[in-house]
Amino acid sequence: MAVTDTYSPDDSTAENVVIRIAHLRKQFGTRVVLNDFNVDLHKGESLVVLGRSGSGKSVLIKCIIGLLKPDGGDIFVLGKNIADMEHAEMDQLRSRIGFLFQSNALYDSMTIRENLEFPMRHHLRNLSNSEVNDMVMKTLADVGLAHTVDMMPSELSGGMQKRVALARSLILHPEIMLYDEPTTGLDPVTGREISTLITEVQKKYSTSSIIISHDMHCVKMTGDKIAVLIEGKCYALGTYEELERSTDHNVKQFFE
Amino acid sequence: MIIFMQLRVNVTEFCIDFNCMKIPSSLLGFFNEIGAASRFVSRYFQEVVQPRYEVKQFIKQCFLIGYRSLPLIGITGFIMGLVLTMQLRPTLIAYGVVSKLPVMVSLAIVREIGPVISALIFAGKISSSMGAELGSMKVTEQIDAMEVSGTNPFKYLVVTRVLAATLMLPVLSVLSDAIGLYGSYLGVNIRDHTSLSLYFFEVFNTLKFGDVLPAIIKTFFFGFAIGIIGCYKGYNSSKGTEGVGRAANSAVVISSLMVFIIDLITVQITDVLGLN
Ligand SMILES: Nc1ncnc2c1ncn2[C@@H]1O[C@H](COP(=O)(O)OP(=O)(O)O)[C@@H](O)[C@H]1O
Ligand SMILES: [Mg+2]
Repeated sequence: MAVTDTYSPDDSTAENVVIRIAHLRKQFGTRVVLNDFNVDLHKGESLVVLGRSGSGKSVLIKCIIGLLKPDGGDIFVLGKNIADMEHAEMDQLRSRIGFLFQSNALYDSMTIRENLEFPMRHHLRNLSNSEVNDMVMKTLADVGLAHTVDMMPSELSGGMQKRVALARSLILHPEIMLYDEPTTGLDPVTGREISTLITEVQKKYSTSSIIISHDMHCVKMTGDKIAVLIEGKCYALGTYEELERSTDHNVKQFFE
Repeated sequence: MIIFMQLRVNVTEFCIDFNCMKIPSSLLGFFNEIGAASRFVSRYFQEVVQPRYEVKQFIKQCFLIGYRSLPLIGITGFIMGLVLTMQLRPTLIAYGVVSKLPVMVSLAIVREIGPVISALIFAGKISSSMGAELGSMKVTEQIDAMEVSGTNPFKYLVVTRVLAATLMLPVLSVLSDAIGLYGSYLGVNIRDHTSLSLYFFEVFNTLKFGDVLPAIIKTFFFGFAIGIIGCYKGYNSSKGTEGVGRAANSAVVISSLMVFIIDLITVQITDVLGLN
């Protein structure tokens, strides 16, 4: 087991690193949520961030995508520091990242088709209508929901909404996927379906991903590597098997 | 822009000064709110002129906002015209000037009742729905999702709605005036008999440029205030369904109050300009 108390970036593999988070700090008022958080995500890898509710997991991935501004430290995404980015450059980068929100964040006044078309209206403006339609139908088929294309989000079950949200975040074929608690709030069977779907999608779209979760089944299925987030730090980092054997009380409690 | 920035600085300093003097936190909160709202307004003016323009969404909002309020504003306008006429009639008869009924009613409707009643109905209908709609989009992370998909949510949601409200309320208010005057014509005809053409001949003879124009101009300000307050409340609503409810509710209360405040200001201005 590797407890990361000191951070030493391994520059020999730098070109393989798609996301590098170094000394990240974020606080709201006086409450420090992330404090000196370090982790690397390598190409093709899927990293699970494990942590209790309110430990700052969502804050972490919102910092990566630029929805929240860090108070200190650096985040390098695909080789660039996001703090230095202009608005247009950030938009460009975001088109290469898919984000699955915890609450799905489907636009409830739009049909499923319009939901999926939404990311394309900015990034792929030159496509013809039939090309757009093909992409929508193909991506929906990948999550097994091609028949819902003209429905409204409210007509779908929680699991189906999650699939549609996944399809929407995949539609621009991102290189990186960020999942915020993809199975939370779903029943165990549906949760397992979503976990399976995530692993399938990883292969098919060959994405590198960060998955936030505290559902151990999902963690085991989807994660190559697990980072345990405790008190704003990356407390432990290792594979599922390594961490499962850990004798550290703080790590053990997740696996009980 | 610069004025707003200065305002912001002043407001903060103001609060710090007051802090030392132990001024209640509610007052502090009030000034903070004013500061945040001014920043929101200044952002609106920045974004409304910068490309890219969400034309399609703007047209859709104009249609939705105008169409959704038209029946209610039409009905209230009609009733106000009718009731006003019936209630004024006995008094005018007592003073022997019942022939001046169209004059009085048309002035009241066009200058004050039409614009203000339409604005209040509009505030109740549109400001609250903006507050609730944007509030729930905020709470369910839909606004964040837009941002992540490369669409500027402020432009897409706020600018289009505020602009649509600013342009639609004057149109609705003119329609309400027309329907109100027709209601008044029917009110006259309950007891007396006039032809429609004679009635409107009298009305248009009375109304001057100085009656109509300020009344129309103030509805642009009403519309803007109603739109921006609804959007501000929704866009900044706090987490949870309770926050959404509160956003919708305070949007209606504040924008209705704002309508009267703007009305008060415009009457002072027209007075100074000698238009009253
Ligand atoms: N926008 C915000 N303003 C203030 N506090 C926030 C904000 N977002 C998150 N927090 C605080 O940060 C902490 C971590 O939140 P979050 O990352 O959502 O937790 P989780 O690990 O369950 O996803 C919480 O205590 C929350 O209160
Ligand atoms: Mg969370």
